[in-house]
Amino acid sequence: MDRKLVNTNSNAIRREFWAGVRDEAPLLIGVLPFGMIFGVLAREAGLTGGVAQAMSSVIFAGSAQFITAQLIKVNTPWIIIIVTGAILNLRHVLYSASLAPRMKHLKLPWKAMLAYLLTDEAYAVVITRYAKPDGGGPNGHWYFLGAGLTLWSSWQVSTLTGILLGALVPSSWSLDFTLPLIFIALVMPALKDPSAVVASVVAGVLAVVLSSAPLKLGLIAAVLMGIAAGLAAEGLIRHQASAKPDIGGVGGVEDVKDVRDEGGKGYEAQ
Amino acid sequence: MRLSENLPLVWGLMVVIGLITFAYRLSFIMLLERVGVPAWLSRALRFVPVAALTAIITPELFIRSGALDLSPMNLKLMSGIVAILVAWRTRNTLLTIAAGMVSLWVLQTVAARLA
Repeated sequence: MDRKLVNTNSNAIRREFWAGVRDEAPLLIGVLPFGMIFGVLAREAGLTGGVAQAMSSVIFAGSAQFITAQLIKVNTPWIIIIVTGAILNLRHVLYSASLAPRMKHLKLPWKAMLAYLLTDEAYAVVITRYAKPDGGGPNGHWYFLGAGLTLWSSWQVSTLTGILLGALVPSSWSLDFTLPLIFIALVMPALKDPSAVVASVVAGVLAVVLSSAPLKLGLIAAVLMGIAAGLAAEGLIRHQASAKPDIGGVGGVEDVKDVRDEGGKGYEAQ
Repeated sequence: MRLSENLPLVWGLMVVIGLITFAYRLSFIMLLERVGVPAWLSRALRFVPVAALTAIITPELFIRSGALDLSPMNLKLMSGIVAILVAWRTRNTLLTIAAGMVSLWVLQTVAARLA
């Protein structure tokens, strides 16, 4: 009986892990050429193969690696390189906050390992899983591990390939464009309620308007303003909903969600 | 000496940036356990995925050579619109990638012929 229980559990773990691997896989079409280009550019910037490869595991953040290599190439003062990297990667704090409620039950080694694997590409896939009705279940961290390790290992291999063999894939194939396409596929189903649409539109428009700001500061500002706009829209909708007698009181988070959904329908019908 | 040849400094730089990045990634994951999630924060966090992903997507589609480009010659924008429609109708990631990439390749070929 006990053995059966353990087996079922390890099956569930395995299933969750491989689901993470499978869902991360499409992103590799865009990530692999990106990693190769990093390997090539890092060598052109004068970094040794060892440093270039180490950067992909020590920093493990594409845009920060590209810019660090570039700044080293032009002999930038070290303090500026560090500050640049620190500002460029700020968005990871938001990802951390976003995933944290789902990771509270994990032990520190798990938290540290998954935090290390928390890139843009892993976040996009994992948060989509966590947002589903069963929320990844009790084994959601295995899904995260599957997705994270898939991305990590392909980033290491593609960096190495770039260092040793060059980019291999011609840039005219535009495979880097698959990443925004996948993000589109992930965002569309999340745009069900009006406040999410408001958050998305405001963040999207501001990201374009502020795109010339240095160090991805435009991105951070756009995301924060998008969140603020979403909250404001949600508040407005709930205010309207609370004026209706047929909608119950607000309890926990789930209740808030229900009220929001009800309010959303009412909002559209008006 | 060129900075790239100063290996101790390059390694130092890399490790410091790596540690900062790791600290960012671990920050809330580790802290939230101790302080708990205030209600306003959990409401705000619900919007992080849509806001962040959209903010990554739109500059890729709308900005061409550093400037806003709404013309039909902005092939990534046109292909992105196709992908958005496919994602909306099918909710299928692979179909969305296929539709977007095929549109882009077809438009690139057509544009090259016209040029």
